[in-house]
Amino acid sequence: MITVENIVRRFGGIRAVDGCSLSVAQGSITGLIGPNGAGKSTLFNIIAGLLRPDAGTIKLAGEDVTGWPAHRLFGKGLARTFQIAHEFGRMTVLENLMAVPGGQSGESIINAWLRWSAVRAEEAKIRGRAEEVLSQLRIDHVKHELAGNLSGGQKKLVELARTMMWQPKVVLLDEIGAGVNRALLSDIAGEIERLNRDHGYTFFVIEHDMDLIARLCSPVIVMAEGRVLMQGSMQEIRQNAEVIEAYLGGGKVRHGAA
Amino acid sequence: MDMQLFGLIMYAISLATMFGIYGVLCLGLNLQWGFAGLFNAGIAGFFAVGAYATAILTSPESPNYLGGFGWPPLLALPIAMLLSGLIAWPVGRICLGLKGDYLAMATIGISEIIRLILKNEDWLANGTMGISTVPRPFESLGQPWGNVAFLGFVLLVMAILYLAAERAWISPWGRAMRAIRDNELAAAAIGKDVVRFRLEAFVIGSMVMGLGGALSAMYFKFIGSSATEPLLTTFLVWVMLIIGGSGNNRGAMVGAGLVWLIWSGTELLTNRLPAEWITRSSYMRALLIGILLIVVLQRFAKGVLPEKPPRRIDG
Repeated sequence: MITVENIVRRFGGIRAVDGCSLSVAQGSITGLIGPNGAGKSTLFNIIAGLLRPDAGTIKLAGEDVTGWPAHRLFGKGLARTFQIAHEFGRMTVLENLMAVPGGQSGESIINAWLRWSAVRAEEAKIRGRAEEVLSQLRIDHVKHELAGNLSGGQKKLVELARTMMWQPKVVLLDEIGAGVNRALLSDIAGEIERLNRDHGYTFFVIEHDMDLIARLCSPVIVMAEGRVLMQGSMQEIRQNAEVIEAYLGGGKVRHGAA
Repeated sequence: MDMQLFGLIMYAISLATMFGIYGVLCLGLNLQWGFAGLFNAGIAGFFAVGAYATAILTSPESPNYLGGFGWPPLLALPIAMLLSGLIAWPVGRICLGLKGDYLAMATIGISEIIRLILKNEDWLANGTMGISTVPRPFESLGQPWGNVAFLGFVLLVMAILYLAAERAWISPWGRAMRAIRDNELAAAAIGKDVVRFRLEAFVIGSMVMGLGGALSAMYFKFIGSSATEPLLTTFLVWVMLIIGGSGNNRGAMVGAGLVWLIWSGTELLTNRLPAEWITRSSYMRALLIGILLIVVLQRFAKGVLPEKPPRRIDG
């Protein structure tokens, strides 16, 4: 679904992503782990079209989409959430969702002025879908609240809900679990599994919560210093010495030696 | 009729007419700032384009400047809007990639360029002398009925704009605009073409400002460089929108009314000041409006009528 080839991105002297190649298979829930500063979020921003790579190519469903702006990628079926929730703060939760569907006729000001009844009819469908998604994620009780007033965890849910408004092919989740309590996180994981199983969404997930990764993701890709360190099942990764040293902990020997 | 009463009525009519003109300008700025979060600090420039276009198109022929073409005033209004929009479009194309404060600086610069061209190119608009033969619709009805009819016309224009802006606010177009305003990255990530939407808000808002300029030129029957001073246009309109409540079309109009009432009220007061103070009166009025802005923002951080999410539109 997503193929990343030799992506390089520098910030000043730092090579945040340094020749990274990986692929995310259609229908998979692929995990991406690695220490802070490994380049995971930068890679996500490049795939999602918010950053241009200095070199390399990105393919989405076989098509070269390198350097496409974010809004075009969304049209090709790529949705994402952000590491720090990016809600539309002065809009209600319901509006946050209703803003999503593409090609709304009412997004043309001329239609809004001259073809109002068609716009209203379309709006009823969009509202119906939004309310369905909100009740699936069990946040329909806050639908009339301004999104800016929600808790951190609820904002994350609103972001996830937005991706569900528009039948995406692949969803990038950037630390969906950060700031979300255990019980809710388990619900979210269940929802991700359901979307993957019943609707065929492909997920590409950055996460620091290893339990969540172990539950959801196969395969798991480990990044360090801007490159892919290894790829495999969570079990294989847990047994890999290099990964343990770079990320999972247990690097004490080396630390002591230094 | 009692002369004093007549004078009072005429004063009330002029107050209300200016309220209507500033209401139009505030609705235009609200489309840019309240809807899309675009910081246009060059209202004066788009106002000037509309005002001068109207003056040149409608005034009788003159050897001193381009035209005049003697058009009927109502025909000049859409052309004035169109011209403002035509100028706003390339400005937007170039500047909307600029974020926040940079857009503000760019619009100030462009607005001053427009004003300086109009002031210095004598062949175009009679330079500093300005054009003082702009016809006002309904003038032939005499006083006071001509003034009343023109007031009615201005208020009608404002009402139509208000309805159009309200429709825009509750529509998916307004929703996409607010999404971009609240979080540009997330809006792009849900497929909104940020540049296209911003350009639309900027161009439409600037056209409305041009319309405000056109109405103003008709009302004063004059346009010159003094009438496009940023203090009277950019500054005052911003204060009005912020006091009234940006993101609220009614707030925009309420702000226009309140601030204009105070602004022109202080003119009456300062006229009674001792002579040595009168020369300083215009600075004192700006100071007073500045203090008013601070007081209102202390009490009502989001303006007198704050922004509200729109009501549902699907029945």
